[in-house]
Amino acid sequence: MDPENQDRIKGLVDTHGADHLVVVLGAADLESLEVAAETVTVGDPAYVGPLAGVQLGLPVVHILEEDVKEQVDGGVYDEQVGLLEMTLDIEQVREAAQKFPGR
Amino acid sequence: MKLDGKKVIALGERDGVPGPAIAKCVESAGAEVVFVETECFV
Repeated sequence: MDPENQDRIKGLVDTHGADHLVVVLGAADLESLEVAAETVTVGDPAYVGPLAGVQLGLPVVHILEEDVKEQVDGGVYDEQVGLLEMTLDIEQVREAAQKFPGR
Repeated sequence: MKLDGKKVIALGERDGVPGPAIAKCVESAGAEVVFVETECFV
């Protein structure tokens, strides 16, 4: 993950506290998902950004997960994610999401 | 994970679901979006 984004996220945790924050991912690429989920939970796996060695322990979900979809207005979800839902490998993403750190 | 009342960091991806689309979705679920980003994974 971009070091600038790591810095922003670190700042948000300092401001709002980890208890009130949730990270919602949208990546379809499994490696990208893994890196993002690791970065905001156990620290930057590449050890280069401000979150290297910093365990934020934030909860992480994916926008394509059934549990998340159920909470979103149906019309909004169809409009924003509907088309992508048909083209992306949802099962692969949901399977990966189950392995996010902290699950 | 209940989103209602939470502050959300929306980290989208160019080849997946972009950040702004995630933001609109979670807002309709009652969450407040505090950061939106669309990463490009190469």
